[in-house]
Amino acid sequence: MAYSFELIEAKTLGSNTANVNFTSIPQTYTDLYLLISARSTRGTYSDSSCYVKVNSSSTSYTSKLFEGSGSAVGSFNGNTTRLHDCIIPADGAATANTFSNIRVYLPNYAGSNYKSSTADSIMETNAATAYAQLWAGLWSNTAAITEINLSDPLGNFKTGSTFYLYGIKNS
Amino acid sequence: MAAGMTYFPIATNTLGSAAPSVTFSSISGSYTDLIIVQSSQTSAGGYTRITFNSDTGSNYSNTQIYGSGTTAGTSRTTSSSYIQSGYSTASVQVSLIHQIMNYSNSATYKTTIMRWNDTSDTVGASVGLWRSTSAITSITLTQGSGNYNTGSTFTLYGISAA
Repeated sequence: MAYSFELIEAKTLGSNTANVNFTSIPQTYTDLYLLISARSTRGTYSDSSCYVKVNSSSTSYTSKLFEGSGSAVGSFNGNTTRLHDCIIPADGAATANTFSNIRVYLPNYAGSNYKSSTADSIMETNAATAYAQLWAGLWSNTAAITEINLSDPLGNFKTGSTFYLYGIKNS
Repeated sequence: MAAGMTYFPIATNTLGSAAPSVTFSSISGSYTDLIIVQSSQTSAGGYTRITFNSDTGSNYSNTQIYGSGTTAGTSRTTSSSYIQSGYSTASVQVSLIHQIMNYSNSATYKTTIMRWNDTSDTVGASVGLWRSTSAITSITLTQGSGNYNTGSTFTLYGISAA
């Protein structure tokens, strides 16, 4: 029986880093699945963002966010320059040693259709500020995805943050 | 989950022509959970409807949360003839991920959880219930209005607990 869930690459940060890139992604899978545990070095504030882009592109994105904080729910349209803006805790005010939990699913990443993406992101810190986020993303481009570009625009990803990229085959 | 150990492709269907529904049948009971990854476009806007074992009785219910980009909402249906799953705007590429837990046991009703992503309409999550103790051996996904377009893909995976 075939196994279809394979680790493509794992990255564990040994130092604070602003950008994490998966490049030269093999085109031999059907879907991609990215798991992130991250924290930001951003000062003053309790949270920062993990921007998700593909193929180093800053255009042709559409996204929607549904989020809950434990006391309120809201929905927003995302920025058109990136696929997702996932929330991560930051050194400025978030509980020490707390990291985000983010998953991004990219079906048919090597196909010629536009690329639809699912992302779920949580920031739970046992403090007043916490979020659960559901993201829908679309990259209106027919190119195959060969790169995933992650960045913290307000600080650096903190040492110990982990990024795992899996490939899933349908046969 | 250990990489490469528990996630098995069971069947995939890439539509060569437009179709109003897709069925996975003769599903083995040898897994713990099932996942369907749907990457699709539709000819008309509507919700994907899920039924099991060709049961069209009033044995389904579901609850949804969703956001449109400006407002957040929730809705539910009870005693329905299908689980109302994710929404698709006509001609927009969307992805839906359906998970069906403990599908093969014969002691409990069956529950589902799913995520849908339509950047022209809503992002959301839905939980569903099929009030039957029968093991699930077939799953039908039906577009609520119109067809799934050519090139839409539907892949069924089995997840094993051990």
